[in-house]
Amino acid sequence: MQNKLFSPSRLRTLTGSKGFSTFTAALLAIVLGLIFGFLVMVIALPANAGQGFSRVLFGGFSRLGDVFYFATPILMTGLSVGFAFKMGLFNIGASGQYTMGMFFAMYVGFMWKVPDGLHWVICVLAGLIGGMLWGCIPGILKALCNVNEVITSIMFNYIGMYLVDMLVQNNGTMYVAMKTRTAYLPASAQMPSLGVENSNVNVSIFIAIIIAVLLYVTLNKTTFGYELKATGFNKFASKYAGMNDKRNTILTMVIAGGLSGLGGAFYILAPSTIAGSSMTYEPISVIAANGFTGIAVALLGASNPIGIIFSSIFISHIQRGGTLASLLGYKPEIIDIVIAVIIYFSAFSLIMNAAFTRFIKKIRRKGAKA
Amino acid sequence: MENYIIEMLHITKEFPGIIANDDITLQLKKGEIHALLGENGAGKSTLMSVLFGLYQAEKGEIRKNGQVVKINNPNDANSLGIGMVHQHFKLVEIFTVLENIILGVEPNKLGFLQKKEAREKVMALSKKYGLQVDPDALIEKISVGMQQRVEILKMLYRDNDILIFDEPTAVLTPQEIDELMEIMRGFAREGKSILFITHKLNEIMSVADRCTVLRKGKCIGTVEIKNTSKEELSHMMVGRQISFTVDKEEAQPKDVVLSVKNVSVPSRTSKKHAVKGVSFEVRAGEIVCLAGIEGNGQTELISAITGLEKMSSGEIHLQGRDITKASIRKRSKAGISHIPEDRHKYGLVLDYTLEDNIVLQRYWQPEFQKHGFIKKAEVRSYAQRLIGQYDVRSGQGPITITRSMSGGNQQKAIIARELDKKHELLIAVQPTRGLDVGAIEFIHKQLVHNRDEGKGVLLVSLELDEVMNVSDRILVMYEGEIVGELDPKKVTVEKLGLYMSGAKRNIGKEKEHAE
Repeated sequence: MQNKLFSPSRLRTLTGSKGFSTFTAALLAIVLGLIFGFLVMVIALPANAGQGFSRVLFGGFSRLGDVFYFATPILMTGLSVGFAFKMGLFNIGASGQYTMGMFFAMYVGFMWKVPDGLHWVICVLAGLIGGMLWGCIPGILKALCNVNEVITSIMFNYIGMYLVDMLVQNNGTMYVAMKTRTAYLPASAQMPSLGVENSNVNVSIFIAIIIAVLLYVTLNKTTFGYELKATGFNKFASKYAGMNDKRNTILTMVIAGGLSGLGGAFYILAPSTIAGSSMTYEPISVIAANGFTGIAVALLGASNPIGIIFSSIFISHIQRGGTLASLLGYKPEIIDIVIAVIIYFSAFSLIMNAAFTRFIKKIRRKGAKA
Repeated sequence: MENYIIEMLHITKEFPGIIANDDITLQLKKGEIHALLGENGAGKSTLMSVLFGLYQAEKGEIRKNGQVVKINNPNDANSLGIGMVHQHFKLVEIFTVLENIILGVEPNKLGFLQKKEAREKVMALSKKYGLQVDPDALIEKISVGMQQRVEILKMLYRDNDILIFDEPTAVLTPQEIDELMEIMRGFAREGKSILFITHKLNEIMSVADRCTVLRKGKCIGTVEIKNTSKEELSHMMVGRQISFTVDKEEAQPKDVVLSVKNVSVPSRTSKKHAVKGVSFEVRAGEIVCLAGIEGNGQTELISAITGLEKMSSGEIHLQGRDITKASIRKRSKAGISHIPEDRHKYGLVLDYTLEDNIVLQRYWQPEFQKHGFIKKAEVRSYAQRLIGQYDVRSGQGPITITRSMSGGNQQKAIIARELDKKHELLIAVQPTRGLDVGAIEFIHKQLVHNRDEGKGVLLVSLELDEVMNVSDRILVMYEGEIVGELDPKKVTVEKLGLYMSGAKRNIGKEKEHAE
């Protein structure tokens, strides 16, 4: 009997489309990553592995608000890394840009007196500018002095983090030395909540998704996107075609920085569920993890802005599930391992994709012969 | 029964979506020079790769002296006495000639190299066959011709008696080509058998005994050279009549389009200058050809004119306007069209679709964009028009990914783009490199047509036939200087070769060599 779903003609059209192959690759990466993650959980604590794993997988669904809330900043850093990657730039400095954006947003939140409805908007814009500034410098160094952006942006991660820690600690209004964290932001600086119970989810997730769509349009419909991708694919041909490589490099890094900066602003400006409190920042010399998670998000989303929306939500979902699994005695690091494995496999996704296509073709040939 | 040393019988080799070799039979006699002729993509390289053990055929068998043999890798081929000079030499640049020759079969005692023994053998071979080499010179320091001799010595050192030459003359001067032909004849007299892959008919006519012609993966036939003609061979190769001479009227040069004054360009690899104070002019309505052996500064000079590279001194004027410091985009706007030397590196974004590549020089013009948004419909219809006009063939038309297209059609796409763009000067750098006679004929016609429309054409070519047939004026470059200005109607190929190898000059400082 012929299986309708796997009929030869249908498989041919499926394997033929490029979007499909990228998607299967990502899916395959996730599945293999999860299997490996499960094995890790079995080894770590065999008794609770089944229950723990189901929490990792499905726990997020009981806290959808949080899933979206935590997805927002990594969606932004993911877009930042993915966008720069389209031009062939590896923006490993998303962390520093994120931290800078967060600081700028916080500074405006604490120090500027702005009318209520407008305050958070100005804070968000300040975050954008902070990130842009921090992305701009590696961009300029790359364009004008041909300094590798990977090196400068790693250095700028540290410079940004220590600079922000120093500025925060020296500011009496922002810093509460007793608690080694920042004070609570005024309510006017916090973003409007979506009103989900026990969750900080707010309008920023919508802003982030709109930005992702805008980036998609920019990349695929505009001359700037055309130039950017051409440079990413073949910088010699783009030079030959007279594209302004230097300007585009700086512009791309500015935009990438701005995206990460917005991520930082969205994180710190989220409304708290407890009245009178807010998100806080602890200046304890740690590089923001959300910046690096962004690299994973971009990889899993194949640097496609729409793909990155889904990959950020997925990673956030797994992270929430992991938090729940830790109640069963699993260390949060286990979850980090699961995510790391998924990233590893997504790096191999091209190879796996080729193997998968070959496998389908084999079935097809058998089907054709039968 | 004939005495065949190697027989490839009914070889079929498939790649996904294409049958590269379809039931091909090739029989090589002992002591003959057997040419293998075919267009690009006809399956010559695939067939030779099967013989050399790089690919495995799906069907068919290979026999040596009548015995069926299995060749799984190049080592198997080697032990059967089959050697190959690849089109792109496989030499270690920082090793000496001797080290390269013995590479892989180093004579040793307890793991210690025995170079002396090897040197004696190499020198004996070199003397016997007239293959002059300096065994202690580094590969990166010696000429391309000598590198090729090293490759040949490699085969001889391994006692190969079936020698495959994959397009060996592409990189040589006319004199070097003659030498190579003589060496090949010597091998044949010795009883060695030679397979000679080429698409240059003159060489086949002069040196080969027999010729097997492939077209689109199929074997068209094997002919005795003494019973055939160039015309018949080309007809077999492409399946239609090809004209070898370029039909063109006398040039009618008008105003100066491009004027290059004292241009010097620093070298990318050494401290010396790649171009040393070159001056020349190109007028509207003429084809000026920069001839020369590869690596004598042509690439750098063109890069300076097109703006890809900075020059250290000199001036460039286009129609009287100084463009010495103008950006690439400004030069393009001012009227320079450029068919680049390396179509994969510069000419195309291979991962873009054909239509995106066709607007690569024009996407920013109001015709194709509004407020920064690309007008997809206009791009599509423009691409379709050019595809039709220039007969660019591809799998899916405008949305074909350029990487999947054949080299000839990729080049046609570039030519369509550059010719349709508004221009006054066309710079074509080796526009027919690696293409088959059909595509070459097409491109030559386009160049002449462009000239007749009153554009200036600057052609850079390494192919002597092209230099002699297409150009109206020849400038010969040697070691970064223009050493000769020649009239293609008056000069012979041999004389041109002397200029190209630096033995003669009629311009510049060293006038003592002048005629």
